[in-house]
Amino acid sequence: MDKFVRQEGLVAPLDRANVDTDAIIPKQFLKSIKRTGFGPNLFDEWRYLDKGEPDRENAGRPLNPEFVLNRQRFIGATVMLARENFGCGSSREHAPWALLQFGIQTIIAPSFADIFYNNSLKNGLLLIKLDPKIIDKLFSETNANTGYRLAVDLEQQTVTTPSGESYSFDIDPHRKHCMLNGLDDIGLTLGHADEIRAFEAKHKVSQPWLFS
Amino acid sequence: MAGKTLYDKLWESHLVREEADGTALIYIDRHLVHEVTSPQAYEGLKLAGRPVWRVDSVVATADHNTPTRNWERGLDGITDPVSRIQVETLDKNIKEFKAKVYFPFLDKKQGIVHVIGPENGATLPGMTVVCGDSHTSTHGACAALAFGIGTSEVEHVLATQCMVMKKSKAMQIVVEGKLGTGVTGKDVALAIIGHIGTAGGTGHAVEFAGSAIRSLSMEGRMTLCNMAIEAGARAGMVAVDDKTVDYFKGRLFAPTGAMWDKAAAYWRTLVSDPDAKFDKVITMKAEDIVPQVTWGTSPEMVTTVDGKVPDPEKEINPVKREGYARALVYMDLKPNTPIRDIKLDKVFIGSCTNSRIEDLRAAAAVAKGRKVAANIMLAMVVPGSGQVKAQAEQEGLDKIFVEAGFEWREPGCSMCLGMNEDQLSPGERCASTSNRNFEGRQGAGGRTHLVSPAMAAAAAVAGHFVDVRELN
Repeated sequence: MDKFVRQEGLVAPLDRANVDTDAIIPKQFLKSIKRTGFGPNLFDEWRYLDKGEPDRENAGRPLNPEFVLNRQRFIGATVMLARENFGCGSSREHAPWALLQFGIQTIIAPSFADIFYNNSLKNGLLLIKLDPKIIDKLFSETNANTGYRLAVDLEQQTVTTPSGESYSFDIDPHRKHCMLNGLDDIGLTLGHADEIRAFEAKHKVSQPWLFS
Repeated sequence: MAGKTLYDKLWESHLVREEADGTALIYIDRHLVHEVTSPQAYEGLKLAGRPVWRVDSVVATADHNTPTRNWERGLDGITDPVSRIQVETLDKNIKEFKAKVYFPFLDKKQGIVHVIGPENGATLPGMTVVCGDSHTSTHGACAALAFGIGTSEVEHVLATQCMVMKKSKAMQIVVEGKLGTGVTGKDVALAIIGHIGTAGGTGHAVEFAGSAIRSLSMEGRMTLCNMAIEAGARAGMVAVDDKTVDYFKGRLFAPTGAMWDKAAAYWRTLVSDPDAKFDKVITMKAEDIVPQVTWGTSPEMVTTVDGKVPDPEKEINPVKREGYARALVYMDLKPNTPIRDIKLDKVFIGSCTNSRIEDLRAAAAVAKGRKVAANIMLAMVVPGSGQVKAQAEQEGLDKIFVEAGFEWREPGCSMCLGMNEDQLSPGERCASTSNRNFEGRQGAGGRTHLVSPAMAAAAAVAGHFVDVRELN
């Protein structure tokens, strides 16, 4: 995955709670056996007025002018503001793939669903949890100011507003290290292959029926 | 020192190593693989030249894309070429990377991955079980530590046999008392989600306990644990008791002879100690739970069959209020509409939540001697696996359904998420025994109401929701 150190970008406010992964990338696009090509179908049922299909060209499809990512002032957004429990539902990793391939690099919300959170960080999509009151404030500021941007610094663990207000966020040190350095877990885990083998041998003795 | 929770015991017995910050490597005993979330993982292995760490941990099947009819046409029965490629890609990957067992499309034992695991004893108590599917929580009903993972994690487990994770907090949800007639594991699950919300279990591993939970069959417990993820909990589980041990006796991959005795003795230790401490405990009374029906676009938007669609104006929380209002527009429902007045177009009985033999028996008991109402354009029953289908046919359940006007289909995920052609059309309203009523889940513009199998069958014969307890 790509390294994530810091970014600064236009903010789009997605003002609804419990945004699920079916909404982020509808089922018909999960039929792909590739890791790429999901960006044009991000939020397909909300973004377009017709039904998208995996083998269909998306250019020229009728856009829903009401949907936040279609509004002129939010075109090119790379930071998304969201509400509680963002990413709930299925374990499809196609959801973070679609967000990243669309151009979103950071999502800021009061809370995220567990599987989506893991999937996102493993792909270099930074998810930041902030207090709901701060989120409310960021929503108001985004709505009130065209061209509103936020600066995100993973190293310092801060989100900074245009007026210079800075909010710090928590992130697991292991996940932070992987994101800053663009590391994937497999290589790191295989560094402990001897310990895994030793555990496996012991496990086989204590619960042999698991190996028959 | 406080005693250990079931979760502590499962975690500790699979802990390979742990960093000072709590980041751990957890050994995985069973890896269930299906066609949707595995192709990119196998491709990753190929590109990196990595082998599968332990082939005999892998159990695979094709379930999401497979059609529920026209099986006599073989692979040509998969009409969507993109779906067909995904199913064929799984065939190729399993041929190349191997598995302990593979139940491909058209196999007599093919079925929904969360149905075939336990029914073949491929899931056993005390195991760690993962699958690239959020409903892997189902297997926790067997006192296993089971959770859904993403495709990067699928690749990670294939390559290393381990998960990198931190221990979750432990939550206990206790339901004490006697469940009323017609109240099922599904109703318990929906009532819990209605109570704690879809994020109520986030960050937690949930153990369901109490006399009402123990009274549930293994199938009922699977329904309950299946929906733990709908409460935000990646893992749900139920402690071992006689029902658990009895369930596994004689299953295809269950141990036998002296090994069985040794395994069963170990399994019986898989209970939370009486003095175990949970980070959070929720208590509910079984007597308060009645048949549930969802009215909105999130499983927490649920009420009782004798209830009404809520009025968003009465909700104080502004984010929730707006969510309710948006859901009612999508669902085309007016505030204060009695649930029983909601008319339906389709009925779906199936999914990893409710497609096991007990579910089909409950639905058939309602359908027997009745007819699907004239306004229902399709009522379909999709068994969870080939084995469930065969068992149901042996008991004559298929005939009951067909005589009543239901369609009797081949196994698979089907209209739970509509990756095959079983989908709702825009505006259609469905009583469904599945797990998610999200916008567009069963088909773009489709409207889903989640219910138990008996409630779905009752809705099919009435044409609208009815209280299954009032049917004779």
